[in-house]
Amino acid sequence: MIEGQVRIPSGCAISGIFNKSGQRMSGENIIKSMTVMHDRSNGLGGGFAAYGIYPEYKDFYAFHIFYDSNSSKKECEEFLERHFEIINLSKMPTRKIKEITDEPLIWRYFVTPLPNKLSTSQLDEREYVVRCVFRVNKNINGAFIFSSGKNMGVFKAVGFPEDVGRFYRLEDYEGYCFTAHGRYPTNTPGWWGGAHPFALLDYSVVHNGEISSYDANRRAIEMYGYKCTLQTDTEVITYIIDYLHRKIGLTLKEIASVIAAPFWQTIAQMEPDKKDIHEYLRNVFSAQLITGPFSILVGFDGGLMALNDRLKLRSMVVGEKGDMVYIASEEAAIRIVERDLDNVWSPRGGEPVIVKLNENGIANDGTSL
Amino acid sequence: MEPRFEDGRWNTMAINFIYPEYEVIRNYDRCIFCKVCERQCANEVHKYIEEIKENGQINKRFETDDSKCVNCQRCVAFCPTRALKIVKSDNTYKESTNWDSKTMNELYKQANSGGVLLSSMGNPLEYPVYFDKILLNASQVTNPSIDPLREPMETKVFLGAKPSTIERNENGKIIPNLQPHLKLSIPVMFAAMSYGSVSYNVHESLARAAEELGIYYNTGEGGLHEDLYRYGKNTIVQVASGRFGVHKDYLECGAAIEIKMGQGAKPGIGGHLPGAKIVGDVSRTRMIPEGSDAISPAPHHDIYSIEDLRQLVYSLKEATNYKKPVIVKVAAVHNITAIASGIARSGADIIAIDGFRGGTGAAPTRIRDHVGIPIELALASVDQRLRDEGIRNNVGLVVSGSIRSSADVVKAVALGADAVYIGTAALMALGCHLCRNCHTGKCNWGIATQRPELAKRLNPEVGYKRLVNLLTAWEHEIKEMMGGMGINSIESLKGNRLMLRGIGLNNKELEILGIKYAGE
Amino acid sequence: MKVDALNMGYRELNTMIKTACDDVIIENCCGQRYIGAGLEEKNIIINGTPGNALGAYLNGAVIKVNGNVQDAVGDTMNDGKIIVDGDAGDALGYAMRGGKIFVRGNAGYRTGIHMKEYMDKKPIIVVGGKVGSFLGEYLAGGLIIVLGLNSEEMPVGNFVGTGMHNGAIIIRYKEELKGLSPQVSAEIANESDIEEIKPILTEYADNFDMNIEELLSDRFYILKANTKNPFKQLYTAN
Repeated sequence: MIEGQVRIPSGCAISGIFNKSGQRMSGENIIKSMTVMHDRSNGLGGGFAAYGIYPEYKDFYAFHIFYDSNSSKKECEEFLERHFEIINLSKMPTRKIKEITDEPLIWRYFVTPLPNKLSTSQLDEREYVVRCVFRVNKNINGAFIFSSGKNMGVFKAVGFPEDVGRFYRLEDYEGYCFTAHGRYPTNTPGWWGGAHPFALLDYSVVHNGEISSYDANRRAIEMYGYKCTLQTDTEVITYIIDYLHRKIGLTLKEIASVIAAPFWQTIAQMEPDKKDIHEYLRNVFSAQLITGPFSILVGFDGGLMALNDRLKLRSMVVGEKGDMVYIASEEAAIRIVERDLDNVWSPRGGEPVIVKLNENGIANDGTSL
Repeated sequence: MEPRFEDGRWNTMAINFIYPEYEVIRNYDRCIFCKVCERQCANEVHKYIEEIKENGQINKRFETDDSKCVNCQRCVAFCPTRALKIVKSDNTYKESTNWDSKTMNELYKQANSGGVLLSSMGNPLEYPVYFDKILLNASQVTNPSIDPLREPMETKVFLGAKPSTIERNENGKIIPNLQPHLKLSIPVMFAAMSYGSVSYNVHESLARAAEELGIYYNTGEGGLHEDLYRYGKNTIVQVASGRFGVHKDYLECGAAIEIKMGQGAKPGIGGHLPGAKIVGDVSRTRMIPEGSDAISPAPHHDIYSIEDLRQLVYSLKEATNYKKPVIVKVAAVHNITAIASGIARSGADIIAIDGFRGGTGAAPTRIRDHVGIPIELALASVDQRLRDEGIRNNVGLVVSGSIRSSADVVKAVALGADAVYIGTAALMALGCHLCRNCHTGKCNWGIATQRPELAKRLNPEVGYKRLVNLLTAWEHEIKEMMGGMGINSIESLKGNRLMLRGIGLNNKELEILGIKYAGE
Repeated sequence: MKVDALNMGYRELNTMIKTACDDVIIENCCGQRYIGAGLEEKNIIINGTPGNALGAYLNGAVIKVNGNVQDAVGDTMNDGKIIVDGDAGDALGYAMRGGKIFVRGNAGYRTGIHMKEYMDKKPIIVVGGKVGSFLGEYLAGGLIIVLGLNSEEMPVGNFVGTGMHNGAIIIRYKEELKGLSPQVSAEIANESDIEEIKPILTEYADNFDMNIEELLSDRFYILKANTKNPFKQLYTAN
């Protein structure tokens, strides 16, 4: 029984490290921070997302793909060749360790849409890529694209996060942002695709908690072309964020007001125009409200957003030192990497913490974020 | 000719005889001869007889015509010494599964009269009640439940179309671009029951309760009494095929306009309120002469196809300057998904679907009992179909047809409804005991009658409080069930099928409902 | 005894603490859980950031932390003392039934839930800064004091004392307290109320080398349960 055929609720640990100056750092520290939170996972899933790690290929989409077999690989590559120009492909560099077993074939491709195909599709580039990713994941048996952004990548497996990090040689990568996840599922996922983070384009989500609104969210988001094949909370949350941000054009703060919407009694006390907008968002995007405990880190090109559910049922701590921002489920996971912090606090339920690269980092568009 | 029991004997031919279904049992040890029963029974079941014997002794007794008893429980409730009870007669035909007594009696009635069988209230036959085969979830261990007495539990619902894109002004701020919609404090409203089929006091009770609760009631097809215009902002005005009482002020007064295409109790056929009931205010409100029959034709004769419906919808919007949401109410029939899909694209803001258990003041028995489908199945398949087509957000979805408790409400929302209408449940709160004789107009509880001496028995002051009681209790129960599921805002329950499991359902039923079996 | 907890797992660390004959000082503590669980009769000093469930079921020992603590500190604590020279996380002192917890800085959400007192055992929590929402839910006894020393804002979040049916919550705040639950009644503390809490506040201040003389004249609210039956839900027999 693989993940996606059955829904597996789980609890977890999350961590994130962000360098506002854009200076790249090794994956060593994120692994270290996850090790301290070992007891929050049970070894049945771990993973990382890293941003800024492929500067030489920064204009190309980096596809990370799991294959069950060589025939799935062949079928998938044929599809890719028909839709993309493949600039570079290689086996994902990994390290054989005894803690990680049963690995699928893992390959990495740097691609860009074939110009002809792109123009006849009449889609914008990102939508084109999303649709191709969905086609592979839905229709090609045994192939799963688990990372599809530019200059970023997801690395995940069934195992403790520290072991997953070593397996993927995360210490060899350098990025300005790393997020990590350790999973505690209540069933045995046999398949690596179900581990977290979940990613689509450059959006990656790590999530701690189990949402009670899952099916209401899933049935609503599937109306817009998304298909929730994994039946995980993280998958549906990622699609909701992609939909609200990329397709509808909400800002991250507006998205936080949708998915962790304030209670009506809180809205009633707001200033009139703020009140109207919150009522509007809750009305129009009622199916994207997420109830139940959650604590998420959303990575995207140039930034990171941390958000708790509005009752703050899960823990989350933010620590700052100079240009470095650390976010984790436990303070100890931050202190182990950075002992002395300028500032450490817990964000309130429903209030997003958004960090972006400074001006001297990679360009970011303030208003659209 | 109606068989009558007069002077101690039946005045009918034996071949017309049907033994009364119910018997009134009087306990003479308790009876104090206060005669409340005689006064209260509009069907004249009880007749007090006082005889003076030759020896001067006064003999008191009651003569009881069981054949007139409809089992409305009025006399039982009013008797101060609980001396009365109504029992099912134990005069039995020989038992048979396919020729049961009900079937046999219905045949006899038709042979006696040549008439179409007429019934009131909803389908009582033994079809599956799907709500009773659906179980709810509770959160444990992997996800916490929420205590509604301790944390906010939100049941506020918006009914209407949702926009598919947002608009911003030049400063980048969002401009609310909402269509007109309804705001409910809880996902329950009072269903359409026409003034004429029910009394004025019923409407006043419903209107006042709707206002206090922050929800809406529906005028039904009999128009809106002028004294109730002041509750306009909690009123949904109905436009049915007969267009009774429909004029500009009526349309402007309400918070929303409902086009009645059909109703669950009698899909495909119209309605007929006999001239005898069109008196006084009923006639004035419907704007037809006293004594004339009020006929609601089966189809709206200006809507023969889906594009005609769109035309009617927009004509109403134009007449009210696009300020009111328009609801289209239909009965749940076999191709309800296609119908709903058409309505969702017709410009209507809300679809109301009435299942085959829906109540009525009067409907032909065979239509009521054999036409239409259960609301649970209709709701599940309409909700799924609209999502498959990507148009679920074009409309709000309201369902009705025997919503009996807060558990039914929660299950309906989890199947995909935005809100429910309650009809029978509301009347029961006002005192209805489901005797199912509304069509006679002799409602002893003052509900389904226009007779002034009966109608005054329902005091709106008491009635509206009972309605508020009922829905306040339901609101607390809904919050408890939501909290148990770990949900604190009702929008996260809507369409959340994983919160439901079936029991005693076959694979096909599970498939249509879109839920798994208990244990899965 | 001094222990360097760097890279030490919690099992090993806790065993060392339990088997130590005298007081323990832990250096480089980072994320080790369950320190002092069920511990009686010892003095522990922790330098660093201990992990979750510090001092759970504490039974008489005294723990001092030079740094912040995480979630579930003093869970179901019975006796003893926990002193935090820093901030505390969520679920502080859950179901505490005796002993004291002093926090210099802030505490998180769900502080002091379902604390209870019995006979002469009365649990006490004092927080110097502010606390998050859901303070003292289901409070069944004991005392919680929130001083709000580090800011002018209201030092408590929403839903203070929901379900409270005994015990008391004291909040130092000069403006009007808002957002209290209906089960709670709030009054401005009078002189005798302040006299009663003076000893515990003095003990608190001594622990952190603070001077509290000044703030004793500030406005304090005392919150008590509105009724012995906190939940007024209308039930009807069925």
